[in-house]
Amino acid sequence: MKWDEFFVTGDPLIYGADVSIGLTVIGILFYLTYFKKWQWLWREWLTTVDHKKLGIMYIASAVLMLFRGGVDALLMRVQLATPDSKFLDAQHYNEIFTTHGTIMIIFMAMPFLIGLINVVIPLQIGARDVAFPYLNAVSFWTFFIGAMLFNISFVIGGSPSAGWTSYMPLAGNELSPGPGQNYYLLGLQIAGIGTLLTGINFLVTILKMRAPGMTLFKMPMFTWSALITMIIIVFAFPILTVALALMTFDRLFGAHFFTLQGAGMDMLWANLFWLWGHPEVYIVVLPAFGMFSEIISTFSRKVLFGYKAMVWAMVIIAGYSFLVWVHHFFTMGQGELVNSVFSITTMIIGIPTGIKIFNWLFTMYKGKISFTTPMLWSLGFIVNFVIGGVTGVMLAMAAADYQYHNTYFLVAHFHYVLIAGTVFSCFAGLIFWYPKMFGYKLNEAIGKWVFWVFNIGFNVCFIPQFILGLDGMPRRVYTYSAASGWGGLNMLSTVGGFLMGIAFLILAYNFYYSFRYSERENTGDSWGLGRTLEWATTSAVPPHYNFAVTPTVTAMDPLIQMKRDKQDVKPKIEDIKKIHMPDNSGVPFFMASFFFVAGFGLVFEWYWMGIVGLIGVFITLIIRSFDKNEGYYVSEEEIKETERLTV
Amino acid sequence: MFKRFKPFFALGLLLSVFFLGGCSNYIVLDPKGPVAAQQKDLILYSIGFMALICVVVYVLFTVIVIKYRDRKNDDNFEPDHHGSKKLETIWTVIPILIIIALAIPTVTSIYDLEKAPVSASGEKKEPLVITATAVDWKWIFSYPEQGIETVNYINIPKDRPVQFKLTSADSMSSFWVPALGGQKYAMPGMETKLYLQADHTGTFSGRNSNFNGEGFTHQIFDVHSVSQSDFDKWAKDTKSKAPKLSKKQYDQLMLQGEAKKMTFSSTHLKWVDHAKDRDYAVKTRERLGVVPQNPHGSKAKDANNPEQDSHGVSHSH
Repeated sequence: MKWDEFFVTGDPLIYGADVSIGLTVIGILFYLTYFKKWQWLWREWLTTVDHKKLGIMYIASAVLMLFRGGVDALLMRVQLATPDSKFLDAQHYNEIFTTHGTIMIIFMAMPFLIGLINVVIPLQIGARDVAFPYLNAVSFWTFFIGAMLFNISFVIGGSPSAGWTSYMPLAGNELSPGPGQNYYLLGLQIAGIGTLLTGINFLVTILKMRAPGMTLFKMPMFTWSALITMIIIVFAFPILTVALALMTFDRLFGAHFFTLQGAGMDMLWANLFWLWGHPEVYIVVLPAFGMFSEIISTFSRKVLFGYKAMVWAMVIIAGYSFLVWVHHFFTMGQGELVNSVFSITTMIIGIPTGIKIFNWLFTMYKGKISFTTPMLWSLGFIVNFVIGGVTGVMLAMAAADYQYHNTYFLVAHFHYVLIAGTVFSCFAGLIFWYPKMFGYKLNEAIGKWVFWVFNIGFNVCFIPQFILGLDGMPRRVYTYSAASGWGGLNMLSTVGGFLMGIAFLILAYNFYYSFRYSERENTGDSWGLGRTLEWATTSAVPPHYNFAVTPTVTAMDPLIQMKRDKQDVKPKIEDIKKIHMPDNSGVPFFMASFFFVAGFGLVFEWYWMGIVGLIGVFITLIIRSFDKNEGYYVSEEEIKETERLTV
Repeated sequence: MFKRFKPFFALGLLLSVFFLGGCSNYIVLDPKGPVAAQQKDLILYSIGFMALICVVVYVLFTVIVIKYRDRKNDDNFEPDHHGSKKLETIWTVIPILIIIALAIPTVTSIYDLEKAPVSASGEKKEPLVITATAVDWKWIFSYPEQGIETVNYINIPKDRPVQFKLTSADSMSSFWVPALGGQKYAMPGMETKLYLQADHTGTFSGRNSNFNGEGFTHQIFDVHSVSQSDFDKWAKDTKSKAPKLSKKQYDQLMLQGEAKKMTFSSTHLKWVDHAKDRDYAVKTRERLGVVPQNPHGSKAKDANNPEQDSHGVSHSH
C-alpha cells in the first residue's frame, strides 16, 4: 500500500482537518506536560472505575462526537442548500452522510445516555457504585476506542460510504472496495462490546444493588427506563455483533453470507440489521423518556402521573420493539400479509407512547411549574416529539409508506424522534444533573438562549424536509437539479441547520462561562426541588463512595418523604462504618488500546497486526483473571472528615 | 407566559399552511394514476387524524402550562395528585380506536396495490409487462411481448395497467415513479412485482431511491405515457428500425457507470435473467478485467482523468 492510499489526499477540507487534528493533539500534549498533568490524568481518569467519572468521560466523548457529527451535518446542508452544488463530490458526500448517521447514533446518542445513566443511576438507587466497576471501565474504553477507530477513517484510509445501514451487496467488496467499510465493521464491533457489557452491568446493578426498601415499584422512572433499556441491549446487541461478524467474514475472509457471489443473501443483512436497529431506536429513546419523567415531575413539584402506566408502557414498548423491524423495508416485496402484520404492530407501539405523552401533560396538571432550562427542554420535547410520533404512525401505514420510503419525509420523521427525543433529553439531563457532576449549575440565561435558538433552528431545519419528501426528494442524493424546485426549501433547511450549529456554540460557551462564573453549590439538592436519592447526598458532588450511610427508602420519592419528615440527609456519626471500594485499574485502558491495534490491523487487512492486537487483548484478560486485588476500605476517620462530622 | 410559546403556534400554523394549502403542488399529493391516487387518499386521510391528535395535545399543553405555572396563587396545587383511572382509560381507548380506523384502509390498500389497478373507464385491461433491471447506475427495461429493450426511459400506454417485474444486476435498488405510485425494491437474484398505471399522457420522472453508491443521484429514468395507438406504433417502429442489442454491448452496460438513453429491437432476456442469476454482472466485470477500486486508492485517483471511466472503476492492464 502506498502512502497516498494510507492517508486520504486531494481534498482541501481533509487537509484542513489534518492540520486541526495535529494542532489539537500538540496542544493537549503541551498542556499535559507543561502543567504536569500526566499523573493526574492517569490516576484520576484513565484508570478510574468510579461510575461518576466514567459517566463524565462518556458525556465528554459524546459532546465531542456531537460536534463531529454536527460538522458532518452542516457540510451536507451546505452542499444541499443550492441546486447543482459543487461543494462536495458524490463520494465525499456519501462518506459524510454515512459517518454522520453512524456517529450520531452509535457514538453520540448512546454514550451520552449511557454517560448520564452512569452518573445518575447508582446514586438514584442509593448504591456505592455499579455491580462491576472494573467492567464499567472496560465498557467505556472499548466504546471510546471503537469511536476513535471509526473517526480516524476520514484522514487515514477513507471513510465508509455505504450508509449507516450498510446494506449488502453495496457494502461488500465488489461494490465498496477499500478499507472504509472495514472501519465501520470493526469500529462498531469494538464499541458494541462495551455497550453489551454496560447492558449486563446495569441490569445487575439495578436488580441487585438498590437501597433497602426500594422495591421495583418504588424505583424512580429514570431507573425504570434504564432497567428496561438494559434488557433491550442484552437482547439486541448480540444480533449486531453476529451480523457485523458475518459481514466482516464476507469482506476479509471471502465468506458469502450476504455477497452477490456464492449465493449470498443480501436481504438477510437488512433483516439482521433492523432486528437490532429497531430496538436500538428504543435504546436511545427510553432513557430519554425516563429523564423527562424525572425533570417534569421535579419542576412541576408533583409526583409523576400514572406511574404504573408509565412503567407498563415502557415494558410494552420494549417487547414490541422486537416485533416491528420489517417496517424499515415494507418495500422489499415480502407480501401483503407480512406488511399488514408489521403495519399494525408498528401502529400499536404508538399507543403506549401516546399514553406517556398524556401522563407527562397530567404530571404538570395541578402542579407548580418552574421554567428552568431542563424543564424548557422537556416541554420542547413534548411539543416536537408529537410531530415525530404522528409522522411515525403515518410511516407505519405500509401502503402509504411506499411513497414516503427513502425520502426526506422519513429523514424529517426520524430527526423529530431522535433530536426531540434523545438530543433534547441529553441536553435536559446534562443541565439537570450538571451540578451533581461538577458542583455548579450551567448558566440559566445562556441556557435559555441555547434552547430557543436550537429549537427554532431544529424546526426550521426539519419541517421543510417533510414537504421535500412529499415532493419526491429522495434521501442520500448529493445534489438535485434546479428544475426539481427543491432549492428554496433546502436553503431554508440549511438555515435551520446552522441555527442549531450556533446553539451548539452557545452551549460550548456556556460550559466555559459557567466554569468561570457560576455560583458553587453547597447542598446536594442543587435545584431545591429534588425528589430522588441522587439529591440526598451530603455535598453537591457526592464523594467517591456516594453515601456515607446507605439510605433506607420508605416511599416512591424518598427525598420528598425525607423533607416531609424533616429528616436530615446528614448521616449520624454512630452509623458511620468503613466502606469497601474497588481499586483503580489501568488494565481496561490497555485492553482497549490492544483492541485498537487489532481493529486497525484488520481494517487494512494487515493480519499480523490484527493477531498481535488480539494477543494483547488476551494477555490483558489473563492479567485480570490472576489479579487478586480485592479493593480497599475507606476508613471511618476519612468518611467523618469528608462528611465534616465531629464528635 | 403565552408569549414564550408563540413560536410553536407560528410553526403549527406554518405546518398546516404547507400541508393543506399546497397539496396539489407536491408530487406525491398530485397523482397521475390510480395507484398514486389511492396512496394520496390514504395519506390525506391519515393527516386528518394526525392533525386532530396534534391539536388535542397542543391545546392541553397550552392550557396546562399556562394555568399551572408557578405563581403566587396556588389554590390548585396538589403535589400528590398521581393518577386517574378515567382519564387513563380515555387516552388508551381513543388511540386504539384511531389505530383501528387507520389499520383498516391500510390493510385494504396493501392488498389492493398488489393487484392490477382498474382503469379509469372501469374496464379490466390485460397489464403490459415490463422487466426493469437496475444496474449501477442505470435502468434497463425489457418488453418481453414486444421484444424490445430500452435504457433509462420507457414508453407506456395510458389507461392500461403496467406490471413491472423488478430485479437488479448488482446493488439493492428501489424503483420509484412518485407521480404514478409508491416504490418497490429491485434486488439481485430476486423478482418483485409492482403495478402502476397512468391516467394521463405526459412525461413522469422515475428513479432509484435506494442509495447504492457513487452514481446513485443520477440513476434516473423517464416514463412517457402515450395513447395505446402511439404506444403500438412506437413498439412496432422500434422493433423494425432500432439496432439489435449485442451481447458485447449488454456486457458493457453491466459495468458501473451512468448511461445515455438507448433503444434496441431485441432484449437481454435470452442471455440472462438477473432474477435467477445473482452474479452475472460481477462475473462480467471480472471477465472484462474491471477490478473494483478503492475510491481513495491511487488507481481510482488516476481514473479521475477524463480519458478513463470516471466512476472509481478502471480497466486493469
